[in-house]
Amino acid sequence: MSTVVDIRNLGVSFSTDAGAVKAVDDVSLSVDRGEVLAIVGESGSGKTVTAKTILGLLPETATARGAVVLSNREGTRESNIVSLSKQQLRAVRGTDVAMVFQEPSTALNPVYKVGWQIMEGLRAHGEISKKEARAQAIEILGRVGIPDPEVRVDHYPHQFSGGQKQRIVIAMALVLNPGLIVADEPTTALDVTVQAEILDLLRRVRDEFGTAIVLITHNMGVVADLADRVAVMYQGKIVEQADVATLFAAPKDDYTKALLAAVPYVGHGTVHAAERAAERPAGWAEQAPAVEARGLEIEYPGRFGRAGFRAVDGVDLTIRPGEVLGLVGESGSGKTTIGRAIAGLTKVTGGSLQVLGHEMLGGRERDFRPLRSRIGFVFQDPASSFNPLLTIAECVAEPLVIHGRAADAADARQRVDELLEAVQLPRAYGDRFPHELSGGQRQRASLARAIALEPELLIADEPTSALDVSVQARVLELFAELQRGFGFASLFISHDLAVVDLLADRIAVLYRGELVEEGTGAEVLGAPRDPYTQRLLASLPVPDPIAQAERREELRRLREAS
Amino acid sequence: MAVASVTPARRRLRDRLPVVHQLRQSVGLQRGMLVAGLVMLGVFVLVTILAPVLAPYGFAQRADGEGSFGTQQPPSAEHLFGTTVGGYDVLSRVIWGTQTALLVVIVAVLLSIFIGVALGLYSGYFGGWLDRLLVVVFDAIYAFPSLLLAIVLSIVISGGQSSLWGGVLAAAGSIVVVFIPQYFRVIRAETVRIKAEPFVESAKVLGASNSRIVFKHVFRNATRTLPLIITLNSAEAILTLAALGFLGFGIEPTAAAEWGYDLFKAQSDVTSGIWWTALYPGLAIVFAVLGIMLVGESLNDLADPRLRGRRRVAQASGQVAETSVVPGGTLTAGPGGLGGLEDEETFGDQGIEVRR
Repeated sequence: MSTVVDIRNLGVSFSTDAGAVKAVDDVSLSVDRGEVLAIVGESGSGKTVTAKTILGLLPETATARGAVVLSNREGTRESNIVSLSKQQLRAVRGTDVAMVFQEPSTALNPVYKVGWQIMEGLRAHGEISKKEARAQAIEILGRVGIPDPEVRVDHYPHQFSGGQKQRIVIAMALVLNPGLIVADEPTTALDVTVQAEILDLLRRVRDEFGTAIVLITHNMGVVADLADRVAVMYQGKIVEQADVATLFAAPKDDYTKALLAAVPYVGHGTVHAAERAAERPAGWAEQAPAVEARGLEIEYPGRFGRAGFRAVDGVDLTIRPGEVLGLVGESGSGKTTIGRAIAGLTKVTGGSLQVLGHEMLGGRERDFRPLRSRIGFVFQDPASSFNPLLTIAECVAEPLVIHGRAADAADARQRVDELLEAVQLPRAYGDRFPHELSGGQRQRASLARAIALEPELLIADEPTSALDVSVQARVLELFAELQRGFGFASLFISHDLAVVDLLADRIAVLYRGELVEEGTGAEVLGAPRDPYTQRLLASLPVPDPIAQAERREELRRLREAS
Repeated sequence: MAVASVTPARRRLRDRLPVVHQLRQSVGLQRGMLVAGLVMLGVFVLVTILAPVLAPYGFAQRADGEGSFGTQQPPSAEHLFGTTVGGYDVLSRVIWGTQTALLVVIVAVLLSIFIGVALGLYSGYFGGWLDRLLVVVFDAIYAFPSLLLAIVLSIVISGGQSSLWGGVLAAAGSIVVVFIPQYFRVIRAETVRIKAEPFVESAKVLGASNSRIVFKHVFRNATRTLPLIITLNSAEAILTLAALGFLGFGIEPTAAAEWGYDLFKAQSDVTSGIWWTALYPGLAIVFAVLGIMLVGESLNDLADPRLRGRRRVAQASGQVAETSVVPGGTLTAGPGGLGGLEDEETFGDQGIEVRR
């Protein structure tokens, strides 16, 4: 008996205000011992619901059909999760199956020591003395790679970094030695460099502990890096199941093919950028830049009596008219802060920042306001960047009304319709409310609003990071097309090197508020000089299991060298 | 909500009206509570409007053509609820009392809502020293016993003479002083939250003026919880008016009918076996307050998707939600064309895309 979990004809429905909605439809899966099964699919494809069914974590509004047969590590006991009572479920959770959550900072309770939280799981299952539990907690912390576990066991969650917190969450899942771990997007909230470390840890969990892992992810790079077998879900059904090499080499289903084609690869944009550079007229480089920063410093004020936090420290950059500058960095590197400073949303505290000829340091909002019609901004989260009470047409008409190009939203309607068509949305969508659009549609409407005044400068702050891969590909294509058509200069902020590479003429890499490297895509991605860029590039998992194995080796060498 | 299956350009009017929408959305016990509350509230308002027709006598009437009513008469054919110690008809005073109660509710809510919302918007959006000052002042008012305030106000406003408007304004005024901080706090908290939302920042980036941002983007989004507070505060307004009357600071019986005053005068009756003078005004208070409270509570539950009850669905029924932007899920529609792009799906109330 080598199967840990066997899902047979699972169907899950939710009751919503709009009636019954089926999330999972006739899904059959099985996971063997010590195997990593990745379930991939876009949001809403039912992958998380399937995984949560394994732990019996479905909400009250859900009804399930079919069977989820879970056996324990030794294979001596089998139970059908769907039909278990709440009490029986509690006995199974933790001992037979455990979960690793997406957001490590919310999965840990901030008011308890991490050791206590690990011991809680131990003590919930069977009698164990406090001392023994503590010893086990220390041991497991050491095994997941927390340095000085004897000391760190008494620390609180906020004393750990994001990656370490995720290690602790994994330790909590491992402590009872379950046969199966369900990891729901375990690296999505982490930076690329940390993601690589957590993936290494998960691989060790499989090899050293012999634990099977069900990995839920939308990142094909992660799949290629870690998974043994892949199940592709689409609209509640499994469209393809294969081992990882076969799936990437020869995808059978049309959806899988499209999904793989939509994944951006590093290096694909280099040719394109070189072409664009060649087309530039002579003397282009001598033009007055749209944005010029010299020794830019931005400091957030600290609390009373404490020094402020310096988010950006001495950054020099230039964006010339019609040029796309990609700004890459991990969270906290100050990339969003720079974008906000250029848009006048954050105050500049030192150095110099010229935006369209206006000095932002010490500048007044009133003097800057007329310039705003020449700047567009696309926000990260399309869901919240629209006023939920206005229709899409009214939202897109806002810039036109504010800058006096139209009397009111109705007056601007014709222009709005043109804009909606420019971003490939049907005109009729103007009458819908933001919540009636999907994420990709909203982000396109957001682009329409940003280009409404035909700006000379467009700041895009992670415009695709909230979107699915397939949707992201379309939005990026659209962005490139609009940029060609309107010829605006752009600051494109992203944490994803591959995305930046697709669009940018030049790439700037930020690390802890400092600009560590800047150059064309070929320079930065082809032959990175800075050790951080090298590490960043090597950490990025590529959606190809064979190439990824080589990159893993390279990353290991890099780590040992530094 | 199978009715709204064709892609509506906007949500239908009946789905957007505050209470009607919730009524259609509710099921089971929550619906029962809401319907009961709405019926009680409806009866209350109807009686207020029809008081001149319904009441057999005037609220200050002590005699008719056949002579004086007599005091403390038990219920009879002429006086269905009996008469009070002052010789008034209990039924008539209960009916006329609805008018006073509704008046207090309207005056109290109207006076407090405008000031509270305006200050809350200003304070939350602009912040600064005025914000800090207002927060401190309103916190201090919270700590102040509202009934004491009402007594002081009733003496100040009426100057010892108790008239209809004197009593109403005293009760309403004291409630206003206590309610303004409530509206202020709710609106301020919402404003502070909404101020950080990307859509407000996006308006800022577009160069919108502060007044445009506050009124067009912040205000309408901040007022969602107001219906709930209004219902709860209305109930409190009625209770404060009754408490004032009960303590003897109410409205003289010749000026208006008021339940609290009647209860105050009925205190000595209770021990001597005269139940009707206290029972009916008391029931009237309970009825009005309960009706308003039921509506408020169920609106509160229905506003929260986690508390909202839904019908159980049959096992694994329903259709799979169409979650992809492009039906078929692929990139078959070319970058420049609309072919195959979204034209068939419709959306539920919560923005869940469902193919039908």
